Amino acid sequence: MMDDFFIRALIAGTGVALVAGPLGCYVVWRRLAYFGDTLSCAALLGVALALLFEINTTLAVFSVSVFISMALLLLQRRVNLSSDALLGLLAHSALAIGMVALSFMTWVRVDLMGFLFGDILAVTPFDIAIIWGGGAFVLIVLVISWHSLFAATVNVEIAQAEGMRPEQANIVLMLLMAVVIAISMKIVGVLLITSMLIFPAAIARRFATGPEHMAVLAAIVGILVVFGGMFGSLHWDTPSGPSIVVAASVFFIITAIPATSFQMIKNSSIEKNDT
Amino acid sequence: MIQNNSSLITLKNAGLFRSGRWLVRGVNLTVNSGEILTLIGPNGSGKSTTAKMAIGVSKPDEGTAHKRQGLKISYLPQRIFIDWTLPIKVNRFMNLTGQVRRKEADEALSLTGAIHLAKSDVRTLSGGEFQRVLMARAIARKPELIVLDEPVQGVDFNGEIEIYELIRNIRDELKCGVLLISHDLHVVMAATDRVICLNGHVCCYGTPMSVANSKEYKVLFGARAVSGLALYQHRHDHEHLTDGTVQSKDGTIDDDCSSDHGNQPHIYKHSFEYNRTDNHDG
Repeated sequence: MMDDFFIRALIAGTGVALVAGPLGCYVVWRRLAYFGDTLSCAALLGVALALLFEINTTLAVFSVSVFISMALLLLQRRVNLSSDALLGLLAHSALAIGMVALSFMTWVRVDLMGFLFGDILAVTPFDIAIIWGGGAFVLIVLVISWHSLFAATVNVEIAQAEGMRPEQANIVLMLLMAVVIAISMKIVGVLLITSMLIFPAAIARRFATGPEHMAVLAAIVGILVVFGGMFGSLHWDTPSGPSIVVAASVFFIITAIPATSFQMIKNSSIEKNDT
Repeated sequence: MIQNNSSLITLKNAGLFRSGRWLVRGVNLTVNSGEILTLIGPNGSGKSTTAKMAIGVSKPDEGTAHKRQGLKISYLPQRIFIDWTLPIKVNRFMNLTGQVRRKEADEALSLTGAIHLAKSDVRTLSGGEFQRVLMARAIARKPELIVLDEPVQGVDFNGEIEIYELIRNIRDELKCGVLLISHDLHVVMAATDRVICLNGHVCCYGTPMSVANSKEYKVLFGARAVSGLALYQHRHDHEHLTDGTVQSKDGTIDDDCSSDHGNQPHIYKHSFEYNRTDNHDG
């Protein structure tokens, strides 16, 4: 019989995987991985603010992520710097401010490791409610705006000319990413959040025949990865957040080996037998 | 130009300013239903910019752009980059900005000679194949206006003629307006109703058919005129230099090009009965 906390962890992880997979497809297609990293750095500032003002952590992380996203949109228009430089500036400013703010709060004892690497075994029923509630919201919005989001991803100009409102789609995507970062922070931690977005999509890509197919596959792969990581961490007694990401890497490496390589190994062994 | 109920898009004295210079300025144009308007001009003359302003992709910094309410546009941009990580088959691509019935999608693909590609992955198509798919997508939407930015790129010569004929047929069938962009100063298709020549501003406009029917034209291009292609020769008598000044053919440099048009009335005032090659040496 599995322990309650372990089952809760699996339910929470599944909830995150279900939304992170489909949304992660957009992160991969639109090359937003670094944007995801920036938001996760900002998440630490959110944690600091939550402790400072004694508000809900998820809400604080979400608000800071939204703030950073909007700051990025504004800076892209005003400042003559490339997006990746701007993202670097924003990420490290947020991270540094967060750390400085935490150091001022001498009365708070923070388990920094818990925030950096997640604490999936400590999820409460309330956390699960937030994850599944927030996740359902993200999925509904994603399904409703799927068409315009996808059109804007393929080509902004076609989308604009043919009446799909791509700017609106971009803002929706940023908001959804902020929600996913906020709800998945507890599972894998600030440092590894982006991996929940990128790994399942990257793995699904190899088997997908269409964009919608890839989104569904990514969700399934995400769940497999969470289960693999959790049972691995149980078996080898390793930290669960990093274990999930290790499981994802292993999964990715296995699927990244092209089928032809297997063929080659087979062939070369046959040749060896011949000689 | 006369604005009436059939006008789909209108630009009035429109200009776009980017990174310290005007990409294009003072453009007036109207596209009506059932009419093909071609924009020609050398590289960097503002053809794509003008088209983008006309259909609302870019907002003009000067002048106005007007689009008929609820106008259904199909747009073929000059370049499309599809990320390698994005798996998308031609069938799905046909429904990119709106649901198209399978039968209509297949008909459009057959028209452009791309039906055999329906199940192919878009990323594996060659330039010419992709162009045909883009064209099919534009047709299948049954638009009121098609905007094509250099639609014959990567298409071989026979395919080029086919595509130009196709554009004409689509216009006849759908009764839609067509805004066509070509960088080729010499080849403009016969079905073009009007041609606007851009070079950072409107240099001239007129009907190529009157040009094609003229004696000089037949003497010059008799053999090709039969093939369904009209040739519209065009020579610029001045060049716009990077610093914004204008160099005439005789080498003199001026602040703007108005003086180059010599003693002729300014070129916007040319009438539709424009029936000579555009060689306004003044």
